[in-house]
Amino acid sequence: MSKIVLTVDDSASVRQMVGYTLRNAGYEVREACDGRDALSKFDASVRLVITDLNMPNMDGLALVKSIRAGSSNKAVPIVVLTTESHEGKKQEGRSAGATGWIIKPFRPEQLLAVVKKVLG
Amino acid sequence: MSENPRNTYREEASELLSNLEESLLELEAAPGDPEIVGSVFRCMHTIKGSGAMFGFDRIASFTHDVETVFDRVRSGTLPVTRDLITLTLEARDHIRNLLDAEFGGPPVDGARGESLLFRYRALSASAATPGAQPSEAPSEPAASVGPRRWRIVFRPDAQAFLNGARPTLLLDELRALGACGVTAHLDALPNLEELDPELSYLGWTILLDADCGRDAIHDVFIFVEGACQLSIEPEEVDPPAEAPPSRRQPAPAAETLPDSPVAANLEAPDNRPRAESAVASIRVGADKLDSLVNGVGELVTAQARLTRIANASGDPELEFVAEEMERLIDRLRADAMGLRMLPIGATFSRFRRLVRDLSRELGKEVDLATDGEETELDKNVIEQLNDPLVHIIRNSVDHGIERPAARLENGKSSRGVIRLSAMHSGAHVLIRIADDGAGLDRDAILRKAVERSLVAPDVEMPDAEVYKLIFRPGFSTAPAVTEVSGRGVGLDVVARGVASLRGSVDVRSRRGEGTVFTLKLPLTLAIIDGLLVCVGQQYFVIPVADVLECVELTQNDIRAMHGRNAVVVRGEMVSYVPLRTLFGIGGAPPPISQVILAETDRGKFGFLVDRVIGDHQTVIKSLGPVYRGVESVSGATILGDGSVALILDPGKVVQEALLCA
Repeated sequence: MSKIVLTVDDSASVRQMVGYTLRNAGYEVREACDGRDALSKFDASVRLVITDLNMPNMDGLALVKSIRAGSSNKAVPIVVLTTESHEGKKQEGRSAGATGWIIKPFRPEQLLAVVKKVLG
Repeated sequence: MSENPRNTYREEASELLSNLEESLLELEAAPGDPEIVGSVFRCMHTIKGSGAMFGFDRIASFTHDVETVFDRVRSGTLPVTRDLITLTLEARDHIRNLLDAEFGGPPVDGARGESLLFRYRALSASAATPGAQPSEAPSEPAASVGPRRWRIVFRPDAQAFLNGARPTLLLDELRALGACGVTAHLDALPNLEELDPELSYLGWTILLDADCGRDAIHDVFIFVEGACQLSIEPEEVDPPAEAPPSRRQPAPAAETLPDSPVAANLEAPDNRPRAESAVASIRVGADKLDSLVNGVGELVTAQARLTRIANASGDPELEFVAEEMERLIDRLRADAMGLRMLPIGATFSRFRRLVRDLSRELGKEVDLATDGEETELDKNVIEQLNDPLVHIIRNSVDHGIERPAARLENGKSSRGVIRLSAMHSGAHVLIRIADDGAGLDRDAILRKAVERSLVAPDVEMPDAEVYKLIFRPGFSTAPAVTEVSGRGVGLDVVARGVASLRGSVDVRSRRGEGTVFTLKLPLTLAIIDGLLVCVGQQYFVIPVADVLECVELTQNDIRAMHGRNAVVVRGEMVSYVPLRTLFGIGGAPPPISQVILAETDRGKFGFLVDRVIGDHQTVIKSLGPVYRGVESVSGATILGDGSVALILDPGKVVQEALLCA
């Protein structure tokens, strides 16, 4: 059974790109347009969450915190998409409980490398 | 959603730009509203991020610079002013134009963007130069330092699992970099009652042999850096002193807690990298193989003796063992002989150069075509085959292939072709050297033979016999002595060489069309499958490969043929050679004899013997120089009871019988 990846981004083009890349690599992809939408689509079957940080309604950091504070599947790997390469943002993401990050812009192969890195 | 992501981006960016415009106008009305600043920031952020991903680099880099300014607005270090709003609206229009330009709109002057950014910089003297910030992750220098050893000590924080980290994946990643020896540190592991399964207690020391730099290793730990104890140190490697890193050690049982977190040096020298490049073949000295084959030969002889004794004893248990031994040794023999088998291709390719050089020297154009390079022959046969082949090929280039002009005159292509091919044929290998040259000149050969008193003048000879004359010592028809051949040393070497391999050589030729030399060689020189027969007290072995069938010969049959040495087999009359007569063996033949029918190069012939004993694994012993002149016997073998059997060469036996007749 293919692993389910939840991709969260308010940009349809990013979701499309992430979804296309991951589906081609054999993953099953669920898409959500912001943190709130993501939480409603998150369950124990999700093996990896890839989320943008800047989103309306509920941003990426809040999403990470909610998942980590939840009761089910709280140790799921979460990768945040960020344009900031400087240390502060990474640290913020990590203290919120993010597993790793991808710096935008990224190429499909970089995305796959990170997914493989945290998902094995 | 549109099929093409670029189009999706365009739609999305257009929408975001409208949002951006709206937000900017709202912001002007309510400066400092963080909600609206966030919205502005997010719009630009997405335009930039997605733009870069789909290759809209100009949009991405310009938006990035504007976004950087707005980051300062967001953090409160840059106030929202009317000028800023105006400028940003202009910037928004510029992005719109850039976007349209990507989809066929009018081209945009790059200076426009520069001037906008200049005005941003002017807006706040304190503003850090936008665009100076790297928008991409710094690329680590590709440090290629050659293979070296790294000592990596890694202990993730207790919370690592809760953050979704999987330390085992990191260890796997290290293994992908190079050979790893990993030891786990179990010192922090609490008792089972106190163990929280959600926490991480383990640490690892990894000895990594890899030709990567420190950065590549850091990259592995990039997501856990700051959330773990990590040290990456190059390790001095003293090659002979230290064993290569071991593979992952089995996790010790919980009660064996190692006292030291860093085991001094990981032992267990299990060469993981070497195991990965698994050995597909090994080189063995040829003398060892020869010795093995000799040993197997002796074994075959000893086994024959065992079988004889077992059969004589009538003890079924002993017979059973003897049979099993025979089967096993037979397989061992096949395997041992197989070890010495080499494809002939390597020898063939050597001749390419020979043909090239020779033809250039002689002003001829000759190609060498090869076929059947994969055909396997005993190494010793291949070695001894080299000289005969060299002579035949030289002969073909020198005498066979004509000069280009002569070839064109005869309606041939100016380039001659020599075809070298090998194929299996029963227990033999046939090697054919065919040229498309002038062919042998029967009259010239005969003239020369008469001149040298090799044959009597006016003798009637079939073509095949005439052609065989060229293998006689000192025979050459070349009008001029060339550098290459024609010194009278040549084809007689071939005949001798092939004979010493217990092979035969055959020439066929057609005037003007070419000549074909065919060498027929035994697969191996050491052991053959033979048919053991006896005449009186004398044993003979006939190679099974040559044997077609055995038929009985009664006194009635002999009378029916009126004393002629012939037998009728299924309506076909076949001449036979009485071995008793040929080898001068005394005694009377039994009332019913056996005729072994064999295929020879002179056609089907029979060999009259007293009795057929059966299959015999024949270890060939050469007879020594004294018997070199005896052509009909190619060797001898020692039987189980210690007696000697002669190995017959059927073709030569027939030849000798015909000469005697």
